[in-house]
Amino acid sequence: MSLLILIVAVPLAAAIAVLAGAPARRTALVAAAANLGLSLLALAAYDGARGGYQLRASWPVVPSWGWNFAVGADGLSLLMILLATAVTLAAVWVAGRVPPGGRDEPLFLACVLLLSAGALGAFAALDLFFFYAFHELALIPTFLLIGIWGGEGRYPAAWKITIYLAFGSFVLLLGLIGLVLMLPAGERTLDIPAIQGLAAAGRLDLALADPVYLLLLAGFGILVALFPFHTWAPPAYGAAPTAAAMLHAGVLKKFGLYGLLRLVVPVLPATAEKWVWLLQVLLLGNILYCGLAALGQKRLDLLLGYSSVMHMGYIFLGIAAMNAAGLGGAALLMFGHGLAVAVLFAAAGAVRERTGTLVLDRLGGLGRVMPFVAAVFGFAAFAAVGLPGFANFVGELLVFLGAFARSGERAAWPGFWWTTVLALWGVVISTVYMLRAYRAVFQGELAAEWAAAGADAGAGGGGAGLGDRELPGRWGLILLVGLLLAVGFMPQPALDLVRTAQPVALSAAATAAAGPAAAGPGSPAGERGGAE
Amino acid sequence: MISPVFLDIAVVLIGVFVLLYEAFAKDRDKSFVALLGGAGLALVFVLSFFAAPQGGGDAGTAPYWRFYSADFLALFFKRLALLTTIGVLVMAVDYRGVVRRSIFGAEGEAGLGEFFALPVLTCAGLMWMASAVDFVLIFVALELVTVSFYVLVAYLRRNPASLEAGVKYLILGALSTAFFVYGIAWIFGMTGETNLARIAAALATREEVARPVLFGVLLVFVGLGFKVAAVPFQFWVPDVYQGAPTPVTAFLSVGSKAAGFVVLMRVVEAFAAVPWLAPKVLGAVALLAGATLVYGNLAALPQSNLKRLLAYSSIAHAGYLLVAVASLGADLAGVAIGYYLAAYLPMTLLAFAVLIAVTKEVGGDEIGHFGGLARRSPLLAFGMLVAMLSLAGVPFTGGFIGKLLVFVAAFQCGHYWLIALGAVGVAAGFYYYLKVVRAMYWQEPLTVAPLVSARATKVLVIALVASVFLLGVFPQPVLRLLSPRAAAPQTAGAATPAAPAAVSAAAAGH
Repeated sequence: MSLLILIVAVPLAAAIAVLAGAPARRTALVAAAANLGLSLLALAAYDGARGGYQLRASWPVVPSWGWNFAVGADGLSLLMILLATAVTLAAVWVAGRVPPGGRDEPLFLACVLLLSAGALGAFAALDLFFFYAFHELALIPTFLLIGIWGGEGRYPAAWKITIYLAFGSFVLLLGLIGLVLMLPAGERTLDIPAIQGLAAAGRLDLALADPVYLLLLAGFGILVALFPFHTWAPPAYGAAPTAAAMLHAGVLKKFGLYGLLRLVVPVLPATAEKWVWLLQVLLLGNILYCGLAALGQKRLDLLLGYSSVMHMGYIFLGIAAMNAAGLGGAALLMFGHGLAVAVLFAAAGAVRERTGTLVLDRLGGLGRVMPFVAAVFGFAAFAAVGLPGFANFVGELLVFLGAFARSGERAAWPGFWWTTVLALWGVVISTVYMLRAYRAVFQGELAAEWAAAGADAGAGGGGAGLGDRELPGRWGLILLVGLLLAVGFMPQPALDLVRTAQPVALSAAATAAAGPAAAGPGSPAGERGGAE
Repeated sequence: MISPVFLDIAVVLIGVFVLLYEAFAKDRDKSFVALLGGAGLALVFVLSFFAAPQGGGDAGTAPYWRFYSADFLALFFKRLALLTTIGVLVMAVDYRGVVRRSIFGAEGEAGLGEFFALPVLTCAGLMWMASAVDFVLIFVALELVTVSFYVLVAYLRRNPASLEAGVKYLILGALSTAFFVYGIAWIFGMTGETNLARIAAALATREEVARPVLFGVLLVFVGLGFKVAAVPFQFWVPDVYQGAPTPVTAFLSVGSKAAGFVVLMRVVEAFAAVPWLAPKVLGAVALLAGATLVYGNLAALPQSNLKRLLAYSSIAHAGYLLVAVASLGADLAGVAIGYYLAAYLPMTLLAFAVLIAVTKEVGGDEIGHFGGLARRSPLLAFGMLVAMLSLAGVPFTGGFIGKLLVFVAAFQCGHYWLIALGAVGVAAGFYYYLKVVRAMYWQEPLTVAPLVSARATKVLVIALVASVFLLGVFPQPVLRLLSPRAAAPQTAGAATPAAPAAVSAAAAGH
């Protein structure tokens, strides 16, 4: 019995238990905390020196098709699992008070746990079927969470995210079918390591490579909100209840990037190189277009939605660079961004719960009455912007180093240098809108309507007031911020972890002539930069 | 081991016995008839696992085997027909109140017995269809099924909608039968054969009769297209589905469709075995598939009546199945059709079972009537949720694996434009199936009074939910029934992935 099975099973079992009538909040919290513990155990059990996939277990489903229920993890999966369990704990904690709407708690928490189980299953699966299936399983709780407990504009947002992602998943499914059909006829399998092995041995039939790559890019891209498939994300995150936005933006959306790192880069490196210009154009769309769109937002939740879409662009940049620094940075940035955006949505949710609005013009000065929320929001905003000391900084730095390393090869990719330079401007854009948002919400004069409400809280008015003393889940948020800081100040363990997944990606990338020169200097420089 | 023929004979005998019993035991509770029939069919279902496949494909020694094939495919579809009928009988018992209200001058339970006995006879027809490899037997079996349905569809005599449905079904059914027979006549005229394998053999070298044979084949497709609800022969579906008694609708949707597809599969396979005919026949099926996919999925979008929605959904699923039929060149296509129908059975029956239970209490089958069902009856709402998710093709349900296999087969055959249409269909499907989920879970109920349902219904719903999930995560048993060769573990290709799997499983066991 692999630990990973437990990690997937615990939230599933807890969801069923909650639906069956167990004390909802306590069960969910215990399960989420236990799962975080289990994922730490799995991290400890993982032998980083040996690398590769460990903690494996497998049961046959249809042996003749190479279809097994197979789990296993390398450093990348473990990092994602840690992210997922940490954010789940925070989300369950924060959502302790079910958002208004008069519905009962069990269904809400069961949906949150199912969402978490879907993400965990996708990260832990080493079988294409379950890799895909677990992710799509999470669509349904999302539909229910947004539709039942969402805020303003929840109905169109729920429909949009569900149909969009169902379509994206289907495109992805077609890409995966094509990928399996590219394997040599006698050796078709759904086992991801076996597929990577066959690809490394050059046994794939590359006749279908281009359409399959484009299907996979579009499929994974829709799931990650790659420009121009990003339009589902901001309204959905704006309308979703806090816990759903935290889990979806923080964890589930990373599935598409994880898939690119896990499947596309190691299995189809040459094709990915061939189409890298397309990815460059699209990721610039993410960084610049969505960044500018974030600048123009009037509501905090939509702004965060656009910002989370925008930051996907950097991760895509790291993936496009296809060298050790870029891929490692992308993985680290996925981790850091997931934590930061979860905290941001939690803080925004806390503000909305107390003031009933997230329109930036109506807010202001809330830092005085909600010091804790202001503090975590500040930390997470700085992390998202890429300030040193946070995990995101290490990731972004590595991504840029990797991308710049590629810009030397101007003859082959004239655009890479420009892509990197333009993407750097995105950092400025994100700093501008994050700081503006922070100022608009937490600084300045407290608006009169909130001042009155704040006075209530001061007089012990309870839930109606603005004070954040009673903020549910504050320890969950502190945990997330702590993780951000820990990885930011001590990136080496995380980098080592990510690097265990690298050999596959690297050796595959090397055959595509990425060149050891580009990959070599990137990583040590990144470590130094991160440690400073 | 027993011969599969006895299964069909047993079902006919059960049907006749049940009918006679009903006639002579007037004062009994008529649901006893359904119980008797259901128990008999369950017994036959169990017996079917002791029947050995026999006489597959070409003509055997006895002349009988020229008409009748009892290969594993036939056995598989016989089992599907039996399970469907059992499910329909359980639903029919739950539905009898509605039937009783719609019979003129009936006292007590008079006139109800046939409602329980006819499905058993229909089942015999479905089982024959599964075995028919000769146009004559195909026709006879098809008519046995269709005539029973004429009666069943119009069973609610006081209900104009049911009568309208019956008349529509009768007229269009008769018309399609005429096309079918006419087509058979053309094919017989050109080849002098009615056995499918012999027709293929006779045609192999006679390309000069291409036009008349193709004409005949297309006429046959008209008849079969009517049975499986393929566009453009789907006109009858929405009205008949909506008007017919709901258990009969479920029966039409599952049993009639499955049998229609096994016949279609045999016919297409026979003609696709003729090299010069294959591209044209498969091309015609692909055209039907594309039209059916688009029409079924898009026309389902605006529906507000659940029964009508399920009718269009039935057309849409016929589209996916036709994609697999058009891909019959791929080795997976046959398995895909069988698995799809095996998964379609529990999910569709589940939807109809919940529909009956809810309609009985709230008095209507609009989607709006399901508003807030999650509060009134969590079990029924969950059952409907599972049915809708499986119909939409969400992983871990049987519907997903069915769709997956269909699209793998289409990919192997290079039907890329059908795949593209399928993608549109899947996205549309998510919308119209989740509309029902939205009503049940997003909306507040008008009353919060708990909705009571009969114990048999509850058991049926739980069993169907379990089988939908089982088919979604544990497909191996059904795959093995469907294709003993493909699912055998020692097939080539198993070695590579299975070996590390076994090692790691052993390691995990420590």
